[in-house]
Formats: sequence, C-alpha cells, structure tokens
Amino acid sequence: MSELHSETALDTAYVRTEMLPEQTPPVTVSGPIKWARENLFSSVWNALMTIISIYVIYVVLVAILPWMLNGIWDAGSLNECREIRDARGGSGEHGHDVACWAVLVDRWDQLMFGFYPSDLYWRPILALVLFLTAIAPVLYDSLPRKMLILTVLMPFLCFWLLWGGSIWTPIVVALGFVLGWAVVKFGEGTLGSMLATIGAILVPILFWMYLTGPLISGLHSILPIGIQSVESRAFGGFLLAFVIGASGIILSMPLGVILALGRQSDLFIINKCSVIFIEVIRGVPLIVWLFTAQLLLGYFLPPGSNFDLMVRVIIMVTLFSSAYIAEVIRGGLAALPRGQYEGADSLGLNYWQSMQLIILPQALKISIPGIVSSFIGLFKDTVLVVFIGLFDPIGFSNAIRADTDWNGIYWELFIFIGLCFFICCFGMSRYSQYLERKLATDHR
Amino acid sequence: MATLTDPPQPSFHFSQLIYDTRYRSLTIQVVAFILIMWGLFELVTNAIQNLSALGKDFDFGFLGNRAGYDINQRLIEYSNDSTHGRAAFVGILNTLLVAFLGCVFATILGVIAGVLRLSKNWIVGRLMTVYVEGFRNIPLLLWIIVIFAVMTEGMPQPRDFRGEDAEASMILGQSVAVTNRGVYIPNVVFTRSLGGNEMSEAADGVPAAVIPAVSFGDWALFLVALIGGIVVSGIIGRWGKAKQEATGIRPPGLFWMRAASVVLPATLVLIALGVTLDYPELRGFNFTGGVHLRNSLIALWFALSLYTGAFIAEIVRAGIMSVSKGQTEASSALGMRASWTMNLVVLPQAMRVIIPPLISQYLNLTKNSSLALAVGYMDVRSTLGGITINQTGRELEGMLLLGAFYLATSLIISAVMNVYNNSVKLKER
Repeated sequence: MSELHSETALDTAYVRTEMLPEQTPPVTVSGPIKWARENLFSSVWNALMTIISIYVIYVVLVAILPWMLNGIWDAGSLNECREIRDARGGSGEHGHDVACWAVLVDRWDQLMFGFYPSDLYWRPILALVLFLTAIAPVLYDSLPRKMLILTVLMPFLCFWLLWGGSIWTPIVVALGFVLGWAVVKFGEGTLGSMLATIGAILVPILFWMYLTGPLISGLHSILPIGIQSVESRAFGGFLLAFVIGASGIILSMPLGVILALGRQSDLFIINKCSVIFIEVIRGVPLIVWLFTAQLLLGYFLPPGSNFDLMVRVIIMVTLFSSAYIAEVIRGGLAALPRGQYEGADSLGLNYWQSMQLIILPQALKISIPGIVSSFIGLFKDTVLVVFIGLFDPIGFSNAIRADTDWNGIYWELFIFIGLCFFICCFGMSRYSQYLERKLATDHR
Repeated sequence: MATLTDPPQPSFHFSQLIYDTRYRSLTIQVVAFILIMWGLFELVTNAIQNLSALGKDFDFGFLGNRAGYDINQRLIEYSNDSTHGRAAFVGILNTLLVAFLGCVFATILGVIAGVLRLSKNWIVGRLMTVYVEGFRNIPLLLWIIVIFAVMTEGMPQPRDFRGEDAEASMILGQSVAVTNRGVYIPNVVFTRSLGGNEMSEAADGVPAAVIPAVSFGDWALFLVALIGGIVVSGIIGRWGKAKQEATGIRPPGLFWMRAASVVLPATLVLIALGVTLDYPELRGFNFTGGVHLRNSLIALWFALSLYTGAFIAEIVRAGIMSVSKGQTEASSALGMRASWTMNLVVLPQAMRVIIPPLISQYLNLTKNSSLALAVGYMDVRSTLGGITINQTGRELEGMLLLGAFYLATSLIISAVMNVYNNSVKLKER
C-alpha cells in the first residue's frame, strides 16, 4: 500500500497535497449587497417599490426633520418664537418653518397635571412611582413576591395621595375588604362555601353603606391625620388620562372575568343577564355612555344624591371595557378543549375550584393579546372625556390654543400628545408579546 | 345490602336548597333574579321621582316639533322648519354615509397594507409596520383633529385660486379644488332629469339653454338599472356554470357577457338622462357648483379609514398567515398558477379567518363615527343626541333613542355576521 501511495505521489504530481485557503464569496452573493438584492431588488416590481418607498421616506424626512430639530425651546409665546426664527434668518412666507417646542416647556405643568395645585406635584409623582413599583411584581415574576403586599395596598395609597383628605378614608374602606376576606376565611368551615361567599359580598357592602361614614368622621375627630385634599376638578392632562386609564384597567379585569363566566354559565337567568349587559354595552359607542353618565345618571340615582363627574366617568369606562374584556375571555373559555372541564369535574373540584385552578389560568393565557388590546383601547379612549368637559391632554391642547400667547399652535402639541400615547400603548403591546412568549407552554 | 335496594326517600329539606347541587342552582337564580328586579325597580322609581321633581314627563312627542336649527350637510330635504324627527333622520343618514365611505376606504387601505406588510421587500414591510403601529397606538380622536387641522390650516384659501398667477390651482384637470373650506368636486347632473329642467333666460346672442339638474328619480333609475344588470349577470354566470358542468366546456366570452350586462344598462340610462358634469367654479369669495365636501366630513372619513385600515391590515395579515404553507405547496404540486393558488386555495381559506373580525371592525368604525362631534360633523349624535337634547331638554328620551339606533345597527350587523359564520364554518365531525 505504501508503495502504491508513493507511486501515485510521484506520478501524479498535479494532485494537490494541501488545501487551498478559502476564498471569500463574490460580493454579489454575500453581505449587504446580497441582502439588498434579496430583500430590496429581487424583481423589477420590488425594485420599483423600493425606490418609491425610499423617495417617500426622503420627502417626509426632508419636510419634518429640519422643522423638528431646529425647533425653538426657549420662548414665552408663539410671537416670540417667530421673532427668534426671523432673527435666525429662516423666515418663511406663512406659518412657521421651525417647530416651537417652547409651548411644551411653557405649558408642561398643565399638560401633565392640569389644575393640580403646583406645590403638591410631588403627590401625583409619588403615586406614579408607587404605581409602577406596585405593578412591577405583577408584570415580572422574577421580582420578590413580598412586593405583592405593596400591590395590594397600592390602590388605597394612590387614592389617598391623589385626592388627599383624611388618612382614615382609605383605611376604613380597605377594612371592608378585610372584613369580606375574614368572612370567607372563618365562615367557610361553619357556614359552608355558598353562605360564606354571599356573606363575603354582603358584609363589606353593608359596612360601606352604613358604617364607613360615621367611622371615618369618628376616627378623624379622634386622630386628625390627613393631607390637603384636592378636588377631582383639579385633575387634568396626562394625570387625568392615567388615573382614568389605570383605574379602568384595574377594575374592569375582575368584572370582565365575572361577566365572561356569567355568559358561559348554565344558569339561565345569570346567562341571559350577562348576555344582555354585554351586548347593550358593546352596541353603543363609549361617547354615548359618557354623555349618559354626564346627563342621565342623576335620574337613576336616589333623589338628592350626586357624585363626582370623574367617578362617574371611571365607572362608565370600567363597565364599557369590562364588556369587551368579557368577550375576549369568553373566546378563551370557548377555545379550551371540553376535556379540561370534564377533567376538573372528574377530580371532584367544585365550580369555583375548577375555574380557579384549571380553567381560568388556561383561558386567560389564551386571551392575553385580546385583553391587552382592550386595555390599549381603554387607555386611548380616555381622551373622549374631553367631550364631557374634563380636561384631558386634548382638552388642554384646545385650551392652550385658546390663549392669545399660543393662538395658532397645532402640530407641536399634537406630536407631543401622540408620542406620549404611542409610548404607553406600544409599551403595553410589546409587554403582551413578551408575556405570550413567556407563557407559551406548547412546544412547537 | 338492603340499603342499596331501598328506594330513595322522597324527603325534601330546606337545607337542600343550599347544600344540594341539584337545587342550589335554582336558589342562586331566584336570588339573582330578585336582586336584579329589585335593582331595576329602584332605578325606574328613582327616575320617575326625579322626573316628577323636575316637572318633566316621559314623552317622545318632541320628535314632531319644529327643530329650528340648520344642518349644514344633508342628504335629504331639510330646513330649520322641519321636525326634530327629521333632523334625527338626517343625522342617521350622515352617520351611515361616513360609515359607508369609511368602511370602503378602510378595506382598500387595510388589504393593501396587510398584503404589503407580508411583502418580501424589507423597506416596504417596515413602512407598513410604521403605518400600522402608528395608527393603532394613537387615539383616533387625535387623528381626526390632526387631519381637520391639516385641512383648515394647511390648505390654500379659495381666494388663492384667483388671478393669472394664482398661488394655488385646481387639481385633476381643473376639476377638483382643495381649499381650507373643504374639497369641491364635480357633481354629476342630467340635462334630461326626471325631476324636470329649467331653462336659462335667453340673453342677447346667447340662446336659452337647459340648466342641468339632478333629482332623486334620476339616481333611483340608475340604481335600478345597475342592480338589474347585476342580477342578469348573476343569471348568466349560473347558466355558464351549469353549461360547464354539463359539457365540460366553459361558454366562450362569459366574462365579457357578464361585464356587459352590468355596465350596459347603467350606461344607457346615464346617456338617456343626458349626463354631464357640473364643475366647481370660483365665484366671488367661494367656489360654487359641484359638490362641496366639508372639512368635517373629509377629516372624519380619512381619520376613520386610516385608523380602521391599520386594524384591518393586521386582520388581513393574520388571515393570510393562518393558511398553512402546505396548502400553497399542494396547489403548486397540482400544477396551479400562482394567481389560481391565491384565488382558489389561499383566499377562500383566509377569508374564513378574516371576515368575522373584519365585520367587527366595520362595527367599530360605525360606532367611532360618533367622534364626529370633535369636528362638528352633523351625525346622529350631534343632531338627535346634541342640539335636539339641548333645545328640548329631553335628555332621557333623546339618549334612549340614540342608544337604540346604535344598538340596532350593531345587532343587525352581528346577526348578519352570525349567518355568514355559520355558512362558512368548517363542517367537522
């Protein structure tokens, strides 16, 4: 064999004995050029589309970028802005050639807080920080579970921080929930689950209706701890949008789950009531509901009772959004295979146990995209309160324009408001995609 | 053993109402029913008490009273002497008009954007993503106001069109004028209108001429001809299909026959009525003639279409992606052309996924048209739910009627959707 080898090595001198170094592929089939050929110029039609797109982007950027980047940040009114612009030599025939961002600086407080007393701005800011810290453990389960205590306390704390008043109000209201929990905890053994559930609903309601008022005033007269109270009318700008949006989101979720269960229920009356409620709410635009809250709610309440317009709006927004969420969750419930329900029954779980342990976790997981898009819808819909006289960001943009200083300013305000909404809503939709990926348990 | 064969004791204890699952559901329902009835009773008695305290009654008679306000855009005859009921009807027609226009435009935009988002072209895909995300994440109200501001602030005034070297000029062959007071487009008018034409007075040198006019009868006749043509086309199509199934040969020129049966009668009617176009003209300080599309309509229409179009784009994309690749591959393996694959294999399956959410988007668009308030478009909420309520003080009745209109619209559309869903549902098991 070795002889043969040496022979071939001698006779066939043209056979290469070592590998050639690898050559780089031709430029046309690798790197950015290949990418561009495949993704931008794969056919005549595609090339045409690419060129048109680039042209569109170019035209838009040329029109907008200099306008935005050369914007004036330091001026007291639109006229000052124009003077500064003219002094720079960049005057135009009509309109302004550069953005006047100064309006945002000048009216920042109003856009953010509305008429909230300026010495108390720390309270909404603190409430926002608290809110973000409190929802963090709900959003990301890698955070310590003990933070959930803060989550439970957060609604009461935020309410107190925002509206102020006696510290006893949130404490006594929270006491109602504690009472309900206590009834379930200690009553389940003696009363049975159904009576305990009814008690857990009735006791807090009776407590809030009859005991809360005297208890708060009594405790407050003994220990008057409190901070300056702020009326709902003072809320405005993004503070208002956030408060309505966040309360709507927090309150509509449980209500939506209950409505969805009601709609899937076998109990005839409960089923029909849920269906009627959901269809009526969904069939009518939110703006009509808001006008109903403004004009008609007074008719349906006991004579003489009157409550805050903002609370009415929050109730309406919550009801509206819960009907949509109920439909989304119903889709999730319907999508579960029948075997899951039967499996839960065969384990001997009762209705609430099977819902809590088997059905809802799976149904909610399926419905996450839909639920989050309803939340996004709810948050966007908070701007509709401008029609019933509350000053949300759009309401303020109109009010600012009505001022002689800023008469004629449009785009800067619209861009700012749009950007704020975009960041919040886009963030929510990205989070829902993250959650979907995290919870995906089917291995595909 | 005896215990097993014993018949069950027919005894009933009250505790069974709570502890026995057979009776418990009944208890829960009765309790719920009583609670709901009690709640409703409270609401109604409160309403009666409050109304009587205010000295109001519950009466829809105000619909027959004189409205006394003007509506700047009307599809039917209306003046401020008309009744509130007629004002509400004008509003309903305006709502339906903008909803219809919006649905058509949104579908076109959404389908184009949805398909382009799936395009292999990177930059086009990204552009469409920007469009979709931008419109989905910013409130519709803001878009309506922005487009309205673009129209009123960004467009030239009518006087800019004047003179030899005017600053602005009409587009599309001098037929369309885009001004800050709205868009003026040519109107279709008839020289032999069914409603009768007036003659212009003969001046020196200029003979009397027919003034083109338009009446309800003209368009009704046109629609009858068009619908008749579509019906005939359907009959021809069915005949062609039957023939193809019987003989295996498709009758030649079937498509052209069907096209002609739709187009010909309608065209003949138009020619018989003497169709011409009435172009907008600058007279005095404003344009006259043609059709004036107000800024409010334009802003509402475009914003609704662009906003809903972004949602439809996502629906279309999801629908096309839901058809598995195997279907496309199988149809290529059968030797089908790309266009056949799309029309006969992919689209029918994608449509089943697309149509239900698409219709619910149409519904959303119709409900969102109530944002017309922001730009002063006179839809049903602004007439019945706005001015009428303010003038008559009938909040309860007005809001009830308004709610009933929207509810009826959405229930009708849902019913149609359910019928469609059942007809295209996969027949499984």
